[in-house]
Amino acid sequence: MSWMETLPAWVAIPVALFLMLGATLTLLGTVGLVQLKSFYDRLHAPTLGTSWGAAGILLASMLLVSWTEGRAVLHELVIGIFLMITTPVTLMFLGRAALHRDRIEGTPGIPGAVERSDIPAPPGDALADPADAPGES
Amino acid sequence: MSAMIMTFALSYAQIALALAACLAGWRLLYGPRAQDRVLGMDTFYVTAMLLFVVTGIRVGSPFFFEAAMVIGVLGFVATVSLAKFLIRGEVIE
Repeated sequence: MSWMETLPAWVAIPVALFLMLGATLTLLGTVGLVQLKSFYDRLHAPTLGTSWGAAGILLASMLLVSWTEGRAVLHELVIGIFLMITTPVTLMFLGRAALHRDRIEGTPGIPGAVERSDIPAPPGDALADPADAPGES
Repeated sequence: MSAMIMTFALSYAQIALALAACLAGWRLLYGPRAQDRVLGMDTFYVTAMLLFVVTGIRVGSPFFFEAAMVIGVLGFVATVSLAKFLIRGEVIE
């Protein structure tokens, strides 16, 4: 806590603003996670926390640590870039898993699988009957 | 002056992130289906990671940052393997 007394206002105010922005957006994302009705809506809500929520807090940390250390400290960029790369991967994968499960169970309102020639059809998907499949078996 | 601003902002961020973790935990506990629980767990990981970063700023120790990095990597691996389990019924085939 020794850095707090010597911190100038022009560092403290942006750091505080970024911290509050990030925390508020993360909180709003989880409120959406609780409030929204269907799983496919809820899938979008936490990305608020992983985009600007994380970016705000990591920017605040970068600014403050750079000032207290007296040099540019960019460690937080590692977390930021990693989060930016992995969040779409995990959430698209999770969305595909949910779609797969919903198709198997025949939940109403779920679009059917589109037939593609480059990938084999998954066994449980609600495709049109196999007589429609083109050509070779 | 700046100490007051920083104390307020850090306390606000910690309380908001703790509340966000509680809401994600609610979805983790009461999610109607398995994919909701996995989504809640992913959000919980991210929120806990941000809470670690904020606590690291407050305490002024670099070790919280390393813990946050480990939590981020583990959260990614956990969510991907759980999503794969939901699709295939197996993690390693």
